[in-house]
Amino acid sequence: MKNLLFLPLLIPLTTAVLGLLAWNRIKLQRLIGVCGTAALVCVGSVLLAEVIDGTILSVQAGNWAAPFGITLVADMLSALMVLATGITGLAVTVYSLADADHHQEALGYHPLLQVLLLGICGSFLTGDLFNLYVWFETMLIASFVLLTLGGRREQMEGAIKYVALNLTASAFFLAGIGLLYGVTGTLNLAHLALQLREVSHTGTLPIIAALLFAAFGIKAAVFPFYFWLPASYHTAPAAVTTIFSALLSKVGIYVLLRVFTLIFFQETISAQPLILAAAGLTMLAGSLGAIAQPELRRMLSFCVISQIGYLLMGLGIMTPLALAGSIFFILHIIAAKSALFLTTGIIFRITGSTETSRLGGMYHQRPFLAALFMIPALSVAGIPPLSGFWGKLALVKSGLAEEHYLTVAAALAVSFLTLFYMLRAWSEVFWKARPAGDSTVHHALVPLRRRQMFGPVVALALVSLVMGLAAEPFFQLSLTAAEQLLNPGDYIDAVLGKQP
Amino acid sequence: MESVLAVVIGGLYAAGMYLMVRRSIVKMIFGLALLGNAANLLIFTVGRLTRGRPPHIPPDGVVPDLPLADPVPQALILTAIVIGFGVQAFALVLIKRVYQTVGSDDQDQMTLENQERGGES
Repeated sequence: MKNLLFLPLLIPLTTAVLGLLAWNRIKLQRLIGVCGTAALVCVGSVLLAEVIDGTILSVQAGNWAAPFGITLVADMLSALMVLATGITGLAVTVYSLADADHHQEALGYHPLLQVLLLGICGSFLTGDLFNLYVWFETMLIASFVLLTLGGRREQMEGAIKYVALNLTASAFFLAGIGLLYGVTGTLNLAHLALQLREVSHTGTLPIIAALLFAAFGIKAAVFPFYFWLPASYHTAPAAVTTIFSALLSKVGIYVLLRVFTLIFFQETISAQPLILAAAGLTMLAGSLGAIAQPELRRMLSFCVISQIGYLLMGLGIMTPLALAGSIFFILHIIAAKSALFLTTGIIFRITGSTETSRLGGMYHQRPFLAALFMIPALSVAGIPPLSGFWGKLALVKSGLAEEHYLTVAAALAVSFLTLFYMLRAWSEVFWKARPAGDSTVHHALVPLRRRQMFGPVVALALVSLVMGLAAEPFFQLSLTAAEQLLNPGDYIDAVLGKQP
Repeated sequence: MESVLAVVIGGLYAAGMYLMVRRSIVKMIFGLALLGNAANLLIFTVGRLTRGRPPHIPPDGVVPDLPLADPVPQALILTAIVIGFGVQAFALVLIKRVYQTVGSDDQDQMTLENQERGGES
């Protein structure tokens, strides 16, 4: 059963290879892509079912005993993230059937998407820091090509910033890995945790922690490292932007949660005010940026940043409830954000624009689309009973319990700002009259295309709705995941065998 | 030897950072390459420099003689070099395409959207 852990890597890899073999047969590529991501969802569910009772699965590649070989580990957090990756991947693949243009598909869009999923799943499952670097690069290369596919001028301009900042982050990450190896002589996460648990962290260890925080912070778009994100994300096609904003920045947050609870627990505690300040400023900067944007996709890109702040807030507070809030929030934001970006893609497909100044009056023609935008928008803002509310409630509650009043105030203020710009965007697009002199023809979607585009959005909006209305089981899972993070003993035992 | 390499690494980081903040995208790519090389040398140096002690097991022994040169950092560097090579190859193609579409290698010219937006508001 342990070999189950290889499947979330093997499935996207096989799918990508098969897709490349079917290079000239786009229809076959599409079919392979949908089947592959559907299989990933199934494996993700099985993996979650395996770890749901709190066991931690681990497997050593090639049977090289840890810490010498490559280790794959799945605890609750990893399993949840893999399942979320599968669901988002499936939704985006199905949506791409209708929305990806043929030029991009001919350039290998579908296999590239699978390579991206491979890198993401690898990052979630690996138990080795250098292996994590390799998965990061896999993910980055695929995302570089996906971002530039098509070669429009704004894509090129966005890509330069994206590539430069992400490669800088990789260089920092690599330097951190090297220094950590120099100090400890190991890169296996469990082995590192074991070695660094008892000793007091002095000398270079806090510096390494800071280097790694910067590296992961750039990937996650944490203040003050976020400028590349709103400059690049919105230039890609809607489906690509969706998967970037739903999963790529969350990989950064996942790794922060993993590494800073497992290895740098002491630094997280001593740098708590800094992390909380970064969290608060990320929220504020993101939401203020979003308010200033009249274009939907740019606004949503800034909104991605402000939500990253909430995820970081849980790490800063570092209590089981706060971490559970963060984990719940990750799952919520993946679903809600994907739904919003895909809805924006539909709006663009119908009207040919995402500028709010050129949009308006869509409510009369498309009330269903208006409702579809409204649900995740309110969910992101945190209106009960939608999913965003419960995540924020847990974070705010634990923040008050730990007396971090400033961060809590920022979190609450940003919620109001989010509500404001989400509702403004909604009324601009759907409610206000169509701008005078607007002569653009709204394209009707053919039935098949409509199903392919609306299906994933409805599914994701439903996930957000269910997570809100039946929050209890999801929150239990998040709480288990948080407790596993805070008690790394089980993780270490699962990888290295029972410790004396 | 460590101190020499430390100075070299510091120099590479400084040069890389300086090139990164230049406006020309060509220099930026050179800067990225230097940063990558600096990180690789850093791994090599902090992994301990042990001269003339390959990690071989003597014919009559079961463990290698200590002290030995740790092969792991070199394996890490090898992997990082290969990845860096691929990434830099992509980056070179990217700046060529950027130069073709934008008609300049100056990053200040790559604000098409901001200009458009500024014109509208």
